[in-house]
Amino acid sequence: MNGLWEPFQYGFMQRALLAALLIGATCASLGVYVVLRRMAFLGDAIAHTTLPGLAIAYLNRWNLLVGALIAALLTALGIGWLSRRRLQEDAAIGVLFSGMFALGIALLSQARSSRDLSHLLFGNILGVTNTDLVGIVVIGFLVAATLVLLSKELMLVTLDPQHARVIGVPGEVLRLLLLVLLAMTVVTAIQAVGVVLTTALLVTPAATASLMTRKLRWMFVGSNASAMVSSLVGLYASYYWRLPSGAGIVLVCTTVFIFCFAIREAMDYIAAKRPRRS
Amino acid sequence: MISATFRGPWLPYRGKAPPTGTLPALPIQLSACTVAYPFATSPVFQNLSLMVEAGKLVAVIGPNGSGKSTLLKLIAGLIKPSTGEVRVFGQTRVSGAPLAFLPQRSEIDWHFPISVEDMVATGRYVHVGWLKRLGAWDRQMVEEALNRVGLWALRRRTIDELSGGQQQRMLLARALVQEADLLLLDEPLNAVDQASKDVINQRLLEHVQTGGTALMATHEDGSHLGRYHQVIDLGAIG
Repeated sequence: MNGLWEPFQYGFMQRALLAALLIGATCASLGVYVVLRRMAFLGDAIAHTTLPGLAIAYLNRWNLLVGALIAALLTALGIGWLSRRRLQEDAAIGVLFSGMFALGIALLSQARSSRDLSHLLFGNILGVTNTDLVGIVVIGFLVAATLVLLSKELMLVTLDPQHARVIGVPGEVLRLLLLVLLAMTVVTAIQAVGVVLTTALLVTPAATASLMTRKLRWMFVGSNASAMVSSLVGLYASYYWRLPSGAGIVLVCTTVFIFCFAIREAMDYIAAKRPRRS
Repeated sequence: MISATFRGPWLPYRGKAPPTGTLPALPIQLSACTVAYPFATSPVFQNLSLMVEAGKLVAVIGPNGSGKSTLLKLIAGLIKPSTGEVRVFGQTRVSGAPLAFLPQRSEIDWHFPISVEDMVATGRYVHVGWLKRLGAWDRQMVEEALNRVGLWALRRRTIDELSGGQQQRMLLARALVQEADLLLLDEPLNAVDQASKDVINQRLLEHVQTGGTALMATHEDGSHLGRYHQVIDLGAIG
């Protein structure tokens, strides 16, 4: 039993655990909409485009969270704007995504140490400070509050956007709101799993839950459970095996997904063998 | 001018208070409407004017591409005319009007994880508005509507477990709980079993007999069109 408690005698590990759980829950909750609205590519793009913001903040010794948040919000709004004017959304995403990521790499090449680059790309949850933790709590709260308070409307604009418009629900505003929340969530996820693996935290737990249930409420529960278990186990893995925290967490997420996928396939196989009740 | 008895309230999502008394105007009035999609060589239709009175069951016919869906979306306020004016119950700002739009089945995300009952309940949202939850009365309306389209027994199914005809009946149930005066239906009878067709036609007839109005895009022709009070042939106009 001592082995389970040992890591958490250190303050930095306690902070890391709290951060990982909060980030997991935030990503898993918003992730349900990311999966249902097929915004996975968008989430990935926003994560990559935070790199120049992170780089500028890092080079000037500003708060990384703030740098990333500004870059992410600019990207989210930029994609929203471009795709309403001349381009298909995925093309708009592709253009901004690669351009901003290249800018980030160019900026970071000016820094001396490549260790910091690797922290940004792959996450360093063990380095979470108290200030970071406050940011993570605030963003998690905003995401949760929005998803709860606007649950009817978010559901409707995803399910049947035309009906939503006819009854006066402002779909464009809600879409923009989701983009902003996505940007904020991605920024918190970067601290846990880094720029490159953020999509995994947004998509994998929700995709896992979607395998197991066809009820929205249970999708939220399953997605959160899967993300929080993965965060906890991933943190142990990274402590004991000296893995980058991002790789640890995402590998556990993926393992849970594969496990659930296998169960689902087995259940469907058994159901197909039984006579169907009408 | 006929005045329809007004049933549904104005929309809480637009912050309007329900008016009292009657709706003093025609359900639908189009004046010289032209709709052109960007990059299209010719407009979908040009200078279209038409009028629909309350209490009418109206068929919108015409070949594919003649603009049946476009006309319904124009009246629903989902698209704006390039030129001309659309008035719904006398108002030019269509969003906020007591109307229900039933899209073609392909325009809904059927993989969304939601039960038949909850999907029909989304028709009540317009009466509930921001931040509030559905009440006992809303649930009762949903139950009644599900019974009226014969889907009560299937209420706990996920929406993608229904057949095409059942899905169309579910959309009609949603329009019924919306208590809209004007129903706009985009090919509700297309690829639908006979039992569902009968249910849909019966409910629409009841709707217009109690003062409501229904406009329906359809592929029917000839003898089938006799039961409609008015036929709008976009093939002939275009």
